[in-house]
Amino acid sequence: MKTFKLGGVHPKENKITADKPITNLPLPAKVSIPLSQSLGAPSKPLVDKGAIVKTGQLIAKGESFISSNIHSSVSGKVVKIDEITDASGYRKPAVIIEVEGDEWMETIDRSLEIKTEITLSREQIIEKIKDLGVVGLGGATFPTHVKLMVPSDKNAEFLIINGVECEPFLTSDHRLMLEKAEEIIIGIRILMIALNVNKAFIGIENNKPDAIAHLTGLTDKYENISVVALKVKYPQGGEKQLIKAITGREVPSGKLPIETGCIVNNVGTAYAVYEAVQKSKPLFERVVTVTGKSLSDPGNFLVRIGSPVDYLVEHAGGLPSDTGKVISGGPMMGKALTSLEVPIVKGTSGIVIVPEKKSHRVNIHNCIRCTRCITVCPIGLQPVLLAQLTAAEKYEEAEKAYIMDCMECGSCQYTCPSGRPLLDYMRLGKGKVGNIIRNRIKN
Amino acid sequence: MSILTVSGSPHVHGQQDVRSIMYGVVIAMIPAILVSIYFFGLDSVRVIFISIVSCLFFEWLIQKYLLKGPITITDGSALVTGVLLAFNVPSNLPSLIIIIGSLVSIAIAKMSFGGLGKNPFNPALIGRVFLLISFPVQMTTWPSPSPMFSSEIVDAVSGPTTLGMLKEGLMEGKTVGEIIATSGFPGYFNDLTGAQGGSLGEVSALALLLGAIYMFLRKIITWHIPVAYLGSAFLFSAILWLIDPESYLDPVISMLAGGMILGVFFMATDMVTSPMSAKGQILFGIGAGLLTITIRNWGAYPEGVSFAILIMNACTPLINKGFKPKRFGSVPVQTTIKAAKKG
Ligand code: SF4
Ligand code: SF4
Repeated sequence: MKTFKLGGVHPKENKITADKPITNLPLPAKVSIPLSQSLGAPSKPLVDKGAIVKTGQLIAKGESFISSNIHSSVSGKVVKIDEITDASGYRKPAVIIEVEGDEWMETIDRSLEIKTEITLSREQIIEKIKDLGVVGLGGATFPTHVKLMVPSDKNAEFLIINGVECEPFLTSDHRLMLEKAEEIIIGIRILMIALNVNKAFIGIENNKPDAIAHLTGLTDKYENISVVALKVKYPQGGEKQLIKAITGREVPSGKLPIETGCIVNNVGTAYAVYEAVQKSKPLFERVVTVTGKSLSDPGNFLVRIGSPVDYLVEHAGGLPSDTGKVISGGPMMGKALTSLEVPIVKGTSGIVIVPEKKSHRVNIHNCIRCTRCITVCPIGLQPVLLAQLTAAEKYEEAEKAYIMDCMECGSCQYTCPSGRPLLDYMRLGKGKVGNIIRNRIKN
Repeated sequence: MSILTVSGSPHVHGQQDVRSIMYGVVIAMIPAILVSIYFFGLDSVRVIFISIVSCLFFEWLIQKYLLKGPITITDGSALVTGVLLAFNVPSNLPSLIIIIGSLVSIAIAKMSFGGLGKNPFNPALIGRVFLLISFPVQMTTWPSPSPMFSSEIVDAVSGPTTLGMLKEGLMEGKTVGEIIATSGFPGYFNDLTGAQGGSLGEVSALALLLGAIYMFLRKIITWHIPVAYLGSAFLFSAILWLIDPESYLDPVISMLAGGMILGVFFMATDMVTSPMSAKGQILFGIGAGLLTITIRNWGAYPEGVSFAILIMNACTPLINKGFKPKRFGSVPVQTTIKAAKKG
């Protein structure tokens, strides 16, 4: 069975919500929809305080190249446009809407029928994906329409669909593959038209045999879509690792995946593309896994963007009293939240509740030079060396040792028996080296 | 909920920590400890006990009164050094000498460099070599093994070791064949089980191998250094033996004799003092293997494992410079930012 070669770790999977079907969460009383949900500058709000909006109405326009449109996830009244704390802990502008009823835009096709026939042209598809605010749902929230516009000097050969979900605990993609497989496959066909590629692969780790079987069955009739079962290993969901695992090609250091002729999109994104293109439904809700061993009723929920985290936790049985940490995303790459009022955004794949006794890092010892961090780094870096260089503020040397290639997967820190904060150093070093490089380019 | 802990990812940690690694090594040494007690009796218990206690004590003393920093004697590393040092001395070594050895291992070879992880040389080996040079007589007087519960009465002086007998015999002008035929020469079986003279922990190859398998399974050590070390030593001694079987020991007994197995699996694999890349580790192993056989055959001492490993320890920083891990993709770093700007 295929997997990527270099490095990798096997954290405990803990997929306790794998057999919990997706349930619709009732609407919250209020949503806070952040204006910057993808990389790039915040989108520009199109509504004012007091405005009455409908579900799916465009409320902010992405103006820079890589920002995206944002739609209201509820119907109701805009009570204010203000700064709120987001998952990163920073204050960011958001549109706050008080919910009244649930009146959808008339343009949205709310019928339950699955629309298989694809009638739009390549340009129309990309336009629609852009208009309806579809971004990558795997976490990085890169606007999908940007990914689909392959530079003229590059050639897209394969579409790779990421159904790996290698983070422990998270199961939203898994559930989506089981429950919305037909829609996902239509989404894949749409993406293939947009990219003008003849071949798509769906990569799924073999800890989800049901999803592999289900999608393999459904793609039987499409010669050009194949499901690839992958051996479980973190971080297989990383674009570079997934491309390597499926095609054997290696994205050159510092280059984008398109260098290898591959474009990677998440299964959740494929589903959002289906909804946008076939049903004219903007991206305003997503599946979020709310999980943790201490939760009484963990599950996978279909949630409107902007719903506060505590609202989700309430529906998963309420916050256990011994909670010490709440993670947005998975335990390997997710962010620890500073507050439970943080809203769900397009990139929120899960909320993990961690008990107090598991919320703290292990004790730090001296490095015992065990080389485990080097062995597990999927990029082939020397985290121990880069951490030393960063600590000594030798940024030029850190740059020469390829610190910018670090994908921040956390495998090194996860493995380090001395509990060294290797990834903390990586982030610090990358920030400093990034500044140095930017200054160099400017001058 | 009162206060949420906020820290950078990752929020989970693997199963291995320094303690589990160090205590894992200690568990791997238990079979050899038992064998040594079986053959050398209470003396063996005394040596191991004094060595462990004095190593822990010196580390505590230095951390508490000299460094005035955190006390980390429970991390298991001083315990490992204590047992290893005991493994490397004869069972009849006077207690005071053991304490001196522990002091050298911990104070000079370990703490003076900054403690765990910063020492360039294996502390137990430094302790052993120091004792060997300072107390050559006491360090090379091996008591005969006297299995527990056996009625045999053995005089406790000078049990034969394979390599010691070999060196002496060759110096007297005998051939290897004649030496092996001498009564009291340990041979394969005794080398495996431990019924021979020698340092406490090195006598039984079997017990040590059992521990080594445990360390492999627990992923405490990797194959690179042991395979390269044994492989190169075996090849080198096989070549010598094929050329002149009268002057050189056959390669199988070479591997089993002396401190080879102990050194290969328990000291050359010390992660602190060995190279950090797979290729570097293989080079380290090959170097140590060749040096061991060279010292054994042409050096002043019958045994060469300690010196060979220490010499390779000294080469480790250089080896680390020479070998970089294989990197994913390989285009200069600057393009990252250009690409990010574009995208
Ligand atoms: S966080 Fe960076 S340095 Fe650490 S393992 Fe991942 S890619 Fe390598
Ligand atoms: S994993 Fe930790 S202890 Fe081991 S070499 Fe890397 S930094 Fe040092």
